[in-house]
Amino acid sequence: MSLDTNQVLAIADLSRLQIDEKSITEFQTNLSNILDLVDQLQAVDTTGVEPMAHPMDAVQRLRADVVTEDNKREKFQKIAPSTADGHYLVPKVVE
Amino acid sequence: MEWEVVIGLEIHAQLATKSKIFSGSSTQYGAEANTQANIYDLGLPGVLPVFNEEALRMAVKFGLAIDAEIGMKSVFDRKNYFYPDSPKGYQITQLHEPIVGMGHIDIDMGEGKTRRINVTRAHLEEDAGKSVHEGFDGQSGIDLNRCGTPLIEIVSEPELRSSKEASAYFRKMQSIVTYLGICDGNLSQGSMRCDCNVSLRPKGQEEFGTRTEIKNVNSFKNVERAIEVEIERQMDILEDGGSITQETRLFDADKNETRSMRSKEVANDYRYFPDPDLLPVIIDEEYVEAIRATLPELPEQKKARFEAEHGLSAYNAGVLAASREMADYFEVAAEIAGDYKITANWVMGDLSAALNKNEISITDIPVSAEQLGAILKNVKGSDISNDGAKEVFNAIWSGKGSDVDQLIDQLGLKQVSDTSAIEEVVAQVLADNPKLVEGYLNTPEDKRAKAIGPFIGATRKAAKGVNPQVVMEVLKQKLNELG
Amino acid sequence: MHNKTLAQISQDLQAGEYSSVEVTKHFLDRINTLDGQYNSFITVTEEQALTQAKAADELRAAGNANEWTGVPMAHKDIFCTEGVRTSCASKMLDKFIAPYDSTVADNFNQVGAVSLGKTNMDEFAMGSSSESSFYGAVKNPWNEEHVPGGSSGGSAAAVAARLAPGITATDTGGSIRQPASFCGVTGIKPTYGRVSRFGMISYASSLDQGGPIARTAEDAAMMLNVMAGFDKKDSTSIERDVPDYRADLNKSVKGMTIGLPKEYFSDDLDPAMAQTIQAAIKEYEKMGANLKEISLPNTNLCVPAYYVIAPSECSANLSRMDGVRFGHRCEDPKDIEDLFKRSRSEGFGDEVQRRIMVGSYALSAGFYDAYYKKAQQVRRLIKNDFVAAFNDVDVIMSPVAPSPAFKFGEKSKDPVSMYLEDIYTLSTNLAGLPGMSIPAGMINDLPVGLQLIGNYFDESRLLNCAHQFQNATDWHTKTPTGLK
Repeated sequence: MSLDTNQVLAIADLSRLQIDEKSITEFQTNLSNILDLVDQLQAVDTTGVEPMAHPMDAVQRLRADVVTEDNKREKFQKIAPSTADGHYLVPKVVE
Repeated sequence: MEWEVVIGLEIHAQLATKSKIFSGSSTQYGAEANTQANIYDLGLPGVLPVFNEEALRMAVKFGLAIDAEIGMKSVFDRKNYFYPDSPKGYQITQLHEPIVGMGHIDIDMGEGKTRRINVTRAHLEEDAGKSVHEGFDGQSGIDLNRCGTPLIEIVSEPELRSSKEASAYFRKMQSIVTYLGICDGNLSQGSMRCDCNVSLRPKGQEEFGTRTEIKNVNSFKNVERAIEVEIERQMDILEDGGSITQETRLFDADKNETRSMRSKEVANDYRYFPDPDLLPVIIDEEYVEAIRATLPELPEQKKARFEAEHGLSAYNAGVLAASREMADYFEVAAEIAGDYKITANWVMGDLSAALNKNEISITDIPVSAEQLGAILKNVKGSDISNDGAKEVFNAIWSGKGSDVDQLIDQLGLKQVSDTSAIEEVVAQVLADNPKLVEGYLNTPEDKRAKAIGPFIGATRKAAKGVNPQVVMEVLKQKLNELG
Repeated sequence: MHNKTLAQISQDLQAGEYSSVEVTKHFLDRINTLDGQYNSFITVTEEQALTQAKAADELRAAGNANEWTGVPMAHKDIFCTEGVRTSCASKMLDKFIAPYDSTVADNFNQVGAVSLGKTNMDEFAMGSSSESSFYGAVKNPWNEEHVPGGSSGGSAAAVAARLAPGITATDTGGSIRQPASFCGVTGIKPTYGRVSRFGMISYASSLDQGGPIARTAEDAAMMLNVMAGFDKKDSTSIERDVPDYRADLNKSVKGMTIGLPKEYFSDDLDPAMAQTIQAAIKEYEKMGANLKEISLPNTNLCVPAYYVIAPSECSANLSRMDGVRFGHRCEDPKDIEDLFKRSRSEGFGDEVQRRIMVGSYALSAGFYDAYYKKAQQVRRLIKNDFVAAFNDVDVIMSPVAPSPAFKFGEKSKDPVSMYLEDIYTLSTNLAGLPGMSIPAGMINDLPVGLQLIGNYFDESRLLNCAHQFQNATDWHTKTPTGLK
């Protein structure tokens, strides 16, 4: 399974990663090799095998509907790259 | 060419839980930006979701209310997409195994007619934050308070055939979720939002045409308008032999048009997969039945009861049952008044008119159901006239008093229904108006009903607050005695 | 003082041999003077450590001390520690001062332990050599030309260099066991769900599991007693009582059945490695254990299954690193997409970007069934192999890695060869079983670990086996040559 440059760029875009020209080929080779490695799975017959999402096959526990958190905005926004009157700032989002 | 309209709705309803679906942050509406966004809602590294039991209960309650299959096993999936108001870079939702499967509701088609619409599914998911575009000099401000507020997304089958049906369906859903108390149904605050999928196909054609999705329409009226303009737009294109592009569109209420949402046109591949931080939600019959036992009387059932037990018309019953608040108000008033028909006419007539005129909802009405009941009790007992009732109603509304009986006295609205007293007055009136009497007696039998009018007027002038029916009878009798 | 085990330090503190401040100062001094050459710590919390130590001594003076009061330890820099940078060895989180404590860190605070700082690792725990750290590679104290293993290379190297008696770590595909093996120390990855993942920065949620790295099984047991337990903040945490992991240490292993998976001892296993592991297993035979060859037929599928599941989960887990609310943000982004893309490309190293992209690809439309779903089905087959095996045996033993610590750059150029390093360790993460690595010999003056794999929640048995081995051998007491 080898990927062409456009596929690599498409995946990068999907992952919101920017790959510079010079490293594209390296990513291309590495990703292709990794896919070759995992493609061994295709040979396995798994008909009727229930996919396993968790080792324990346990079930979801429920939380009581109570408010346990209080306002810590100042504390949390101290570590934010850019804020203004309580909002996180980003370049204009067009809709 | 004749076209058939095909509409499917996706309604997002915020569940009225105290805390968020996967965190202990408050869901209160209208708090200062990001004061209800905590480590979980901010998607800080290392935080993990834990599912809110009330959100589950409410979703199951909804499923039972629309007679749907309940997912005894439901699974949360991650829907991956990058957006500044989606802190984790994915939304936790349910793709393949939703909590609510196929169900149905009956929508009102007017004149008491209804139509059944199938509901494909309803799944649990988390709401996103909000982007504020004004006031941050060229940038956008992100408020994540709404992040993680529990939602059920209710997906209809593409069975709606007109903008009217679509809004009727939306209304009915609002009425159901508010009856259940699982959502406040507040459209202006975004507690309920609607995405409309619209397409056209030549009448009689089996397969669907290409659809467009109109996002986040926030009022019943706009659902109708948005769909109508979109139908026109599509029809123009198709009539000119053009073709529709499948896309997401936005309804501009001011311009009354829909336009393409370019930002959403970036080809999206959501890469759904089961959220490994959450486990399958497993419920059993016992759990479901316990919830079924808590189901309130729903609009359908109430409507039926109003018709059967109280002889209301299908139309009146339908309107009164549509909103839980209205229905409760009506029933309390009717019980006290001792007459459902009088009360129904009043609530649907004068009361509704007053609400519309003052643009307030039944929950904020200054005249309590008890007070209206007391007023109408007097009407039923003919102690006051219908006009008198209006006076008392308006007096209470405008804060001139609160005790119905006191007001009736103060305003001198008590009707004299005592015959002997009225007989005296009538005798006097006849004595004072010989010419009228003569004229009456010369009137042929078949015209007399009309000719009696002046006597009634005179009698009521002579004695305020006499019961017109009684006056009429006494007059007839007296005049006939004269020949 | 630094050659003492965690248990000995705990006893000395209780006996009043020295104060917590003294022992804390001693380790801090060692870190300051020696870690320049190992680079095993990313952050040293000197001030905080001394405050904690002082408080611990006061507690002891007041007679309110327990065995942990004032005992120094450290955390892998993947566990959130309130007020302290928690970087996951990534530029992305270089300025991330965690505003909350992970459950594991909180547990150690509750018992009054002293945290010396945060240890180095592979970026976001993705790696087997600790070369991918934004803060530079970690050196193996046994030979600085060799890697310490990964991803918990900093924890293992620091324990080997006697910079701390015990350090927390995490294991998603071998990240506790392989560095423990490479550095000649003892580490255990508990059953999935045994240690809370709350506040432990996720790499692959369904595989990640926290555990301790220390010098001895007894020390590991002592740490696991603090780390293990049900946590209502983690939906995948298991509601089940935690035994005292030291209770069974001295049980005899006589009559115990040890399973030896033939797939793990195939011909392509390096002879020197095979010899060392066989010799270690002989020790158990001497102690009266029975050996039994078993088969784990789907072993060859562990690497491919893992490298679909782990990247897929990480591709989503790392999406929150978008430069908006915390973490690295690129200079003057021209629009929102530019903000996302440049912040992430600048913030993440190559291996992290590779795994994110592999995951995005494996999950993308049309490929889900062929990759993710398939891998999860194979995962069940792998689990079933173990379930069947544990019907016949009490514990499974094998090498931890194909070779001792390799040289820097030897595998970092070729991801796939790096991935094959995990060939013996991945299976327990996929199955969710507990696994352990104990020093079991030397090859070319480099330590080699023996892997013990137990049945679900059988940590006590693993620690018991390890302790018995350490009573009978002295591999775990060997110190890196030339170590001051």
